[in-house]
Amino acid sequence: MCLAIPGKILDEQVSNGIRSGRVQFGGITREACLDFVPEASVGDYVLVHVGFAISRVDREEAERTYALLASMGMLEEELAQPDDPAGGR
Amino acid sequence: MKYVDEYRDARLARALAADIGRRTTRDWVMMEICGGQTHTIMRYGVDELLPPAVELVHGPGCPVCVTPIETIDKAVEIASQPDVTFVSYGDMLRVPGSRSDLFHVKAAGGDVRVVYSPMDALKIARQRPERRVVFFAVGFETTAPANAMAVWQAHREGLANFSMLVSHVLVPPAIRLLLGSPANRVQAFIAPGHVCTVMGYSEYEELVREYHVPIVVGGFEPVDILEAIRMIVAQLEEGRAEIENQYVRSVSYDGNEPAQRIMAQVFEVCDKKWRGVGPIPQSGYRLRPELAAHDADRLFGLSTMTAEEPPECISAQVLQGLKKPTDCAAFGTRCTPERPLGAPMVSTEGACAAYHQYRRHAMDPVKVRG
Amino acid sequence: MTERLEAGFSCPAPLADRRTVLLGHGSGGKLSAELVRDLFLPAFRHPALACLNDQAIVEVKGCRLAFTTDSFVVKPLFFPGGDIGTLAVHGTINDLAMGGAQPLFLSVALILEEGLPMESLRRIVASLQQAADRAGVGIVTGDTKVVEKGSGDGIFITTSGIGVVPDGLMLSADLARPGDCVLLSGSIGDHGMTILGQREGLEFESAVRSDSAALHTLVADMLAASDRFRCFRDPTRGGLASALNEIAASAGVGIELEEPSIPVREEVRGACELLGLDPMYVANEGKLVAIVDAADADRVVDVMRAHPLGRFARRIGTVRAARSPVVTMRTTFGTTRIVDMLAGDQLPRIC
Repeated sequence: MCLAIPGKILDEQVSNGIRSGRVQFGGITREACLDFVPEASVGDYVLVHVGFAISRVDREEAERTYALLASMGMLEEELAQPDDPAGGR
Repeated sequence: MKYVDEYRDARLARALAADIGRRTTRDWVMMEICGGQTHTIMRYGVDELLPPAVELVHGPGCPVCVTPIETIDKAVEIASQPDVTFVSYGDMLRVPGSRSDLFHVKAAGGDVRVVYSPMDALKIARQRPERRVVFFAVGFETTAPANAMAVWQAHREGLANFSMLVSHVLVPPAIRLLLGSPANRVQAFIAPGHVCTVMGYSEYEELVREYHVPIVVGGFEPVDILEAIRMIVAQLEEGRAEIENQYVRSVSYDGNEPAQRIMAQVFEVCDKKWRGVGPIPQSGYRLRPELAAHDADRLFGLSTMTAEEPPECISAQVLQGLKKPTDCAAFGTRCTPERPLGAPMVSTEGACAAYHQYRRHAMDPVKVRG
Repeated sequence: MTERLEAGFSCPAPLADRRTVLLGHGSGGKLSAELVRDLFLPAFRHPALACLNDQAIVEVKGCRLAFTTDSFVVKPLFFPGGDIGTLAVHGTINDLAMGGAQPLFLSVALILEEGLPMESLRRIVASLQQAADRAGVGIVTGDTKVVEKGSGDGIFITTSGIGVVPDGLMLSADLARPGDCVLLSGSIGDHGMTILGQREGLEFESAVRSDSAALHTLVADMLAASDRFRCFRDPTRGGLASALNEIAASAGVGIELEEPSIPVREEVRGACELLGLDPMYVANEGKLVAIVDAADADRVVDVMRAHPLGRFARRIGTVRAARSPVVTMRTTFGTTRIVDMLAGDQLPRIC
C-alpha cells in the first residue's frame, strides 16, 4: 500500500459540497478530490491516491533533501574508482 | 514526471548503495512493510544493489493478501445477488475465497465492476437507484479517508442504495505482532510512506521505545527506499533506535488531520483477522453504528460467516517475513499467478507475485546474462 | 481440466478448475495461451495451425497464401485515432503483413446489437471502406446478424483476410536464434491507454491517440532491406511483453531487453503510473516487433525510420540462449528483471 502519484493542481471547484480539481500528472490530467488538502492551492503539487489528494508536496523540504542527496551522488562519482561496483557486490 | 523521475535516478541509487556498503560492518535484517515498496524493490532490483550483509524481508503490506477468506466469501455472496452491483478496486478480483472469487462471479453474469476511485462507486449508485450498489472498501490506512468520504457522502445525500463491505487493516498492530513473535528476525522496519502520510508517525514511537528497533518512514521510489535503508543502517551500526522520516516531501509527524477527522467520524477500531497471520487485536476498522444503514456486512446478514484457512499454504510465514516466496516448494511450479494457492501470489502486490513476476530467473541455475 | 495437487497442499482457489470462460481468456496472456494449447490445437490439429503465428500460410496450386481471421470487440466504438472499423481493417491487414504477405482481400461480418444507432453504423462502415481503400485492399464479402438488445456491445466485427506470400520467404517465431536483434517500430501503450483513458475520464495534455495503422508497407520496406528476418509480430492484446514471450516460447530462447531503449510517450507513462499499469502489457495497434539477424539490424532500423510508421524505430534487445524461454529486461539501474506473461488482463491497482 499504496499507489499515490504526485501531480499539479490546475484548477479547483466545489460541487455537491466537495472541493475537487483537475490534477496534472506528467502529461495527463484527472479530476481529484481536494478536501483533505485545504492548504493546497492551484499550482501546488499533491499526492493522489484513488482519486483523492492525501498530502501537499512540501516543495522546500523536497528541494532541500534532494539537493543533499544529489550532492552526495556527485561526490560519490568523484570518489568512485572506475571499476568499483556500487554496493560492494 | 516531477517528484517521481528524480527519485528513479540510477546514479543516485548507486551512490546510496555504495554508501550503504561502506557503512555496513555486519549482517542486518530489515523489513519493508508495504506491498508497493516490495514491488519497487523487485522491479528495479534494489536488493541486487545492496551489500550481501543487508537482508530485506517482505512484510504483510498487502491489504489484498491479508483480507480474510470469509470476507472474500461474503463479497462473492453479495456480488452473486441479481439486484446487486458490486464495485471494487481491481486488485481484489482474483483473490481466491473458499470456493470462488469475484472474477468467477462476473463470468457467471454477476454485475461486478472495477473502479479507480470510491467516488466512481457513488456515481454508479446515483445513476442506478434501482440497484443495490456495494463497494468493497479494502485497504490500509491510506485508503481509509477515501473510503470514509464515499460513505460519508452517501450518508449525507441519503443514498440508501449505497453500502460498503469494509475490510481495513492497520499497520502498527501488525508490526507489534511481528516484533512480539519469538521467531522474529527483523531488526528494523521501513514504515509505509503513504500510510504515514495519512496517519503521521507518532504511533511508531511507542514501538521504537518498547522494542528498541529503528523505524524509518520510507517513500516508494527506488531512491526513497535506498535512502531509508541507508538511514536504517546508520542507526543499526550506531546502536540507535529512533523513528525517522525519509519521506519528508509527503509525511509529517501528525499526518493529515482532515483525513483523520473524517475517518474518526466513519470508522471505529476493531479486532481483525488477517489472512495468513491470524487475529490481531485492534488492528482493523469497521463502520460506526451511526452508519449501519450503509454497512453491507449488516445489511446482507453475513456477520456470522466464517471460513477455514488451509493450514498448509505457507503464506502465513511469507507474510510474516519468516520465509521468502522462493523458500516455498510450490513457488513457480504448483503455485503461480494463474493457479495461486494463496493470496500473496494472486495480488500483484503480494510478495510471491512480485517475486514471480520479476525474479523467477534467480532460481534458474543457468544465468541469462553471461 | 484439474491439476492434481500433491498431498500437503490444499488449493483454496477453484481457479485451477475452469468451469467457465473468463474475461482473462481473451486478454492475450497465459489464460488465452492455455485455451489455444489445451482446447483448440488438440481439436483442430492442422499443421498450418500448429505454428501458432498470427496468420496461416497455406499452399494452393503452387501459390502461398496467407490466411487470417480476427474479431473486434472494442468499447468505446469511437476513440481518438480511430474506431472499431479502422481497427478491424488495420488489425487484419497487420496479421497478414506479419507473415510477410501482401494483403489483398478482406471479408467483414457484423454482429449488431438491436438499438445500435444507424448513424454509428454508417460511420463505422465508412471507416471500414476508407481504411481498406487507403491500404489498397478490397472488402469483397460480408455478413450481418442482429442480436437482441443486451447481448452485445453495440457491434462486434469479425474479419478474415487473404494475402500472397512471396516465394522463398519463410517467417516464423520459432526461427529466432541466439544473437538475433529485436527491433521495435515505435512507442508502446498508445492504443490501450487511449481506450482506457476514455473510460477512466483521463484528459491527455497533448493528443494521445490510438496508433491504429496498416503496417504492410513498412514490412515490405523492411523485407526489401534484408533477407534474414526470422519473424514479425504486432503486439496487440497483452502488449509487447506477451508478443515477446510468445516468440521466446516458440523458439525456446531467451530475449533480453534494454529498458532505456523502449519508447513510451510521456502521457502514456503518466496514465500508466496513475492507474498502476505497466506499458509493456498495454495493447498497440500500429506497431511491430521484428527479429532479424544482427548483421542487418542497423540497416533495417534506418529503413524503418524513413517510413512514416517507423520514425521512432530502434533496437530494443537481443535473443539469447536459455534453458527455458524467458524474457528479461535490464533496468535503468543495470539490474535485471523478468518480463513475464500475464495470467489474464492487467487490472488497475491501488497498492
